[in-house]
Amino acid sequence: MMDGIFLQQMINGLTLGSVYGLIAIGYTMVYGIIGMINFAHGDVYMVSCYLAAIGLAVLSYFGLESFPFLILGTLIFTIVVTAVYGLVIERVAYKPLRNSTRLAPLISAIGISLILQNYVQIAQGSRQQGVPTLLEGGWRFDFAKGFVQISFTKLFIIIAAFVGMAVLTYIIKYTKLGRMCRATQQDRKMASILGINTDRVISYVFIIGAAMAALAGVLVTMNYGTFDFYAGFIIGIKAFTAAVLGGIGSLPGAMLGGLILGVAESQFSGLVNSDYKDVFSFGLLVLILIFRPQGLLGRPLVTKV
Amino acid sequence: MATSTPIDFKKVAIDVVVAALMALIVFGPIVGVVLDGYSFNLQPSRVAWMVLAVMVGRGVLSVFLQTPRGAAMLHGLESGGAGVHVRQPDYKSRLRWIIPLLIVVALVFPVFASKYLLVVVIGGLIYVLLGLGLNIVVGLAGLLDLGYVAFYAIGAYGLALGYQYLGLGFWSAIPLAAIAAALAGCILGFPVLRMHGDYLAIVTLGFGEIIRLVLNNWLDFTGGPNGVPVPSPTFLGLEFGRRAKDGGVPIHEFFGFEYNANAKFIFLYAVLFLIVLLVLYVKHRLTRMPVGRAWEALREDEIACRAMGLNHVLVKLSAFTLGASTAGIAGVFFASYQGFVNPTSFTFFESALILAIVVLGGMGSTVGVVIAAFVLSTAPELLRSFADYRVLLFGMLMVLMMIWRPRGLIRVSRTGVALRKGVAP
Repeated sequence: MMDGIFLQQMINGLTLGSVYGLIAIGYTMVYGIIGMINFAHGDVYMVSCYLAAIGLAVLSYFGLESFPFLILGTLIFTIVVTAVYGLVIERVAYKPLRNSTRLAPLISAIGISLILQNYVQIAQGSRQQGVPTLLEGGWRFDFAKGFVQISFTKLFIIIAAFVGMAVLTYIIKYTKLGRMCRATQQDRKMASILGINTDRVISYVFIIGAAMAALAGVLVTMNYGTFDFYAGFIIGIKAFTAAVLGGIGSLPGAMLGGLILGVAESQFSGLVNSDYKDVFSFGLLVLILIFRPQGLLGRPLVTKV
Repeated sequence: MATSTPIDFKKVAIDVVVAALMALIVFGPIVGVVLDGYSFNLQPSRVAWMVLAVMVGRGVLSVFLQTPRGAAMLHGLESGGAGVHVRQPDYKSRLRWIIPLLIVVALVFPVFASKYLLVVVIGGLIYVLLGLGLNIVVGLAGLLDLGYVAFYAIGAYGLALGYQYLGLGFWSAIPLAAIAAALAGCILGFPVLRMHGDYLAIVTLGFGEIIRLVLNNWLDFTGGPNGVPVPSPTFLGLEFGRRAKDGGVPIHEFFGFEYNANAKFIFLYAVLFLIVLLVLYVKHRLTRMPVGRAWEALREDEIACRAMGLNHVLVKLSAFTLGASTAGIAGVFFASYQGFVNPTSFTFFESALILAIVVLGGMGSTVGVVIAAFVLSTAPELLRSFADYRVLLFGMLMVLMMIWRPRGLIRVSRTGVALRKGVAP
């Protein structure tokens, strides 16, 4: 049944899914390297949405009108500031807890998540914020049953997300930093014996995760236009679902999981019921964890004494 | 170490400058540039104050950590500390005087209290109940449950919807809500508890959101955001209203005393107080039974416990369902004291608040949880002017507690056992 709605939801799903994939990278890398669920990651993404809007507002105030410069300036500004957020959060809330009890970093992360939400609410007000549409127009394909519309914004999001993921894959696979990350992920103690400054590698991982979330934040802000201080919570759980779906700790898994979750959720809301799309995603998370906790591309977790 | 090294002020200066730079980048855009539609307002003075505060704080911390006391504290933070503090075998706790005293105070209290005070204290007691339940799950068994509020919602909606569709009352709802919440905990927990502990946190978080979203969206059954009315409680079939509603007898007519608008709240307070005492007693006994010891052992070292032959799934499941059923009971009280339930009472923030109670009170410490529940639930009443900053303070509290005392303010302590003479060691 290849009708218009199905194809349209497929495109919406790919757009949404590439955003989930970008955020999921932050969860999966942090989990891979220190085995901790970074609950504050969704709120780091939320902060980046605000930063993107602020960047756009300031740049257009200074008279920058052409789309490529505007978006490039906003991207650089947002990614740099959000990366500093990632670094500072790691230093303040997680690093002192490296040798603490198992629950301590999780609870600390929930604390950071509450702090970020309330801090943005106090600083920026609790009303919804928005940005103007930057990229107008799109392609429209007519069928016998309905039509499909691909806006340039959606196309830009998918392309930008894939470029971001490709750059990250290159860094992890072929650079010295990437080798250090992979070594630390495999065996933190052994890596530090071999002369890798693992504390610094952990900081880099938080920076990379935050930068990817910032890219997602800019792209989502462009597409949907509106957001509020609570936006990070739901999308955070969904990105985590994507990371678990792909196999937590695996980088290609996060991207694949994001795309699958995005498409599944869009199809569900298009074909069944859009009120329950969040319930569907969370239900999917519970089911994956019950039946295939290692995810699609992950390895089963073995606990050693 | 008697020799004190001089304070390295160059290092302090570098620390302060780096912290100031970071604070400027972090606070600058979000605090300094306030979005206003598609344009913005600049507020540089707010940023300056925050950066100044960070600089001063970092400078003081940097100097302090270089003094001998600071170095000792840093070392203490990194070592983590032991789980349970063991007292001398013949130690007698002062609590054996304090507890009867508190019970007497609690019994006399409703006679003098105003309605406002009663309502605040009932709210506090509900959080005590929730804190005690979550303390079994998080504090004793070490399972992080972030969707605890879902079981609370099951209890509250159990009474509201049970009355609407099945005609259940307050008394029948208490055990049924406990069973329903325990069943939900069992169904959710059984598959998840087999896996790595962190997954439980995220699954329960998802479950909490599912329950809230279903309550919010299923308009025909739950009334959606409009909520459901809850019947007033009755005592032996006697009602607390001024006039009986459907054929019942008001309690003041039956016993022949003056009508008292507080009667419903005094009744709720009394029943809630008895239930809190019961839960306290059950928990006190459970921690001394094999299952309670197994919870704590499993929290400390799961692999060792499994090697000793403990069935880790059943042990964890018992803690999880027990915690869930306590929340179910708390939900029934919440519903009948509000007279109305809707989904906004069961957001993630509520789960985080209950978690903050357990974390602040000390993981596994009963006294600490009772105190923390009262402090955190009545603090908003006292600090109305700080209402906007409440969540911020909770967040900071959680982070600082984890850094400073990951096991809570009040240490879990247990009286040791003396070896009897003549028994081979």
